[in-house]
Amino acid sequence: MKVLVPVKRVIDYNVKVRVKPDQSDVDLANVKMSMNPFDEIAVEEAVRMKEAGTVEEVIAVSIGPEKAQDQLRQALAMGADRAILIETTETVEPLSVAKLLAKVCEEENPDLVVMGKQAIDDDCNQTGQMLAALMGWPQGTFASAVTKEGDKLHVTREVDGGLQTIALTLPAVVTTDLRLNEPRYASLPNIMKAKKKPLDKKSPSDYGVEIIARLKTLKVTEPPKREAGIKVESVADLVEKLKNEAGVL
Amino acid sequence: MTILVIAEHSNDHLSDATAKTVSAATKIGGDIHVLVAGSGASAVAGQAAKIAGVAKVLHADDDHYAKQLAEPMAELILSLAGDYDVLMAPAGTDGKNYMPRVAAKLDVMQISDIIAVESADTFQRPIYAGNAIATVQSSDAKKVITVRGTAFEAPAMDGSASVETIGAADFPSISEFVKEELTKSDRPELQGAKIVISGGRALASGENFEKYIYPVADKLGAAVGASRAAVDAGYVPNDMQVGQTGKVVAPELYIAVGISGAIQHLAGMKDSKVIVAINKDEEAPIFQVADYGLVADLFEAMPELEKAL
Repeated sequence: MKVLVPVKRVIDYNVKVRVKPDQSDVDLANVKMSMNPFDEIAVEEAVRMKEAGTVEEVIAVSIGPEKAQDQLRQALAMGADRAILIETTETVEPLSVAKLLAKVCEEENPDLVVMGKQAIDDDCNQTGQMLAALMGWPQGTFASAVTKEGDKLHVTREVDGGLQTIALTLPAVVTTDLRLNEPRYASLPNIMKAKKKPLDKKSPSDYGVEIIARLKTLKVTEPPKREAGIKVESVADLVEKLKNEAGVL
Repeated sequence: MTILVIAEHSNDHLSDATAKTVSAATKIGGDIHVLVAGSGASAVAGQAAKIAGVAKVLHADDDHYAKQLAEPMAELILSLAGDYDVLMAPAGTDGKNYMPRVAAKLDVMQISDIIAVESADTFQRPIYAGNAIATVQSSDAKKVITVRGTAFEAPAMDGSASVETIGAADFPSISEFVKEELTKSDRPELQGAKIVISGGRALASGENFEKYIYPVADKLGAAVGASRAAVDAGYVPNDMQVGQTGKVVAPELYIAVGISGAIQHLAGMKDSKVIVAINKDEEAPIFQVADYGLVADLFEAMPELEKAL
């Protein structure tokens, strides 16, 4: 099988996000950027499938600024074979990302696309489902286990009530949840080797996709702040306060 | 304006989040219809007809809708979409699964997980794990929206909408249900519960959840949740995770036990009315959002709390 893994360059998950004083956006100047954690899980899953012999080639693709090369190099260091960067400085909404990925799928004909269930910046949780829809493929979202069973792909999904397993025909799109695997750290020799792996540069126009934003961000604000309350001395004190002061017991 | 709300349900029970999604629809304004697609789900259609503000319930019953898989659900919603200006669903794992599929086919940019309606085309939604709130305006003629139920009031259940049976749409033969392992519990559901008590990594084992968390939960009639750390460590199943990537809850009372308070976790519970934190580390970030903090060893405090209730 051939697997495509889309990865997104996002603010590092350890960075404390700050809203700009003019409320136009969050402040991304001089903050550490990393691969979206859910996408790291996707790369890891694809690489493990390759190591297990079910997959022959893993292609990483990113849509974003020139610097998104760093994230693609990381995917290559983790074990992806080659990478495609679709370079743009614009904000690309999930719908446009899905359209671009659909074009890449038409060109590359992967059997499987594995990607993060959501990006930790816009928290949209849409792109994988949209790509599956545009391709007319089935989807296994929020995956915590993926196995090939004959010509079908079995995906165990983390759903509100517990776990659900579905069988998908291939090609298909799988989106990863937290417990699918623990991504590896790339070793130094692999980081060096990744520098020599092929990385193709493209632009959205190469795929005939026009990037048009449908959502206009009018403002970005801080969420309402919660003030720290008081410390109580004992369990008895706590129960008394919950009963008589807060009135919730 | 005509709005279609897609019901989230278990074929015998309609979720609270569906009713709250109708509340969000009411804020947009217009005729509100609810689609109940399921198998043997006429009781659910009856429950949906009682939600105040609903004009009509569309009920599609077929085995293919039993598990509400994304592919047949999207086909069904698309077959109805022409009659509606807005398509909305609760942002649970069902709605998150099929709504973007619908949006892509309609060439619409979905507005995910809204927490407020400012006008018919402008909404608020959390970004960066709830560390910022974006106000976004959609230029799409048709809107596809998922709704964070906890952000909206539950509507009255005194309505009497008509229920219309509709036929099934095409079934794409590309996906099928294999099995499920649903967590069985006599305790209330996490997302509808008035009181939630959650345990973190400090519990150190699943047995300790049994010993220290569940007895207090049962005394309070509370639902039980957990931090990501406790779920990742395998102490409790995934569906108990409270946080940005798990469930978002906003009960009257939230009790965090042995939870440090990572941003990820806070995003899932900081809209609770009253927050209690019990943690032996007095520097734990959870205390910065707690109304009442108790610096104590949970293994001593929890049995004491159970006795005191």
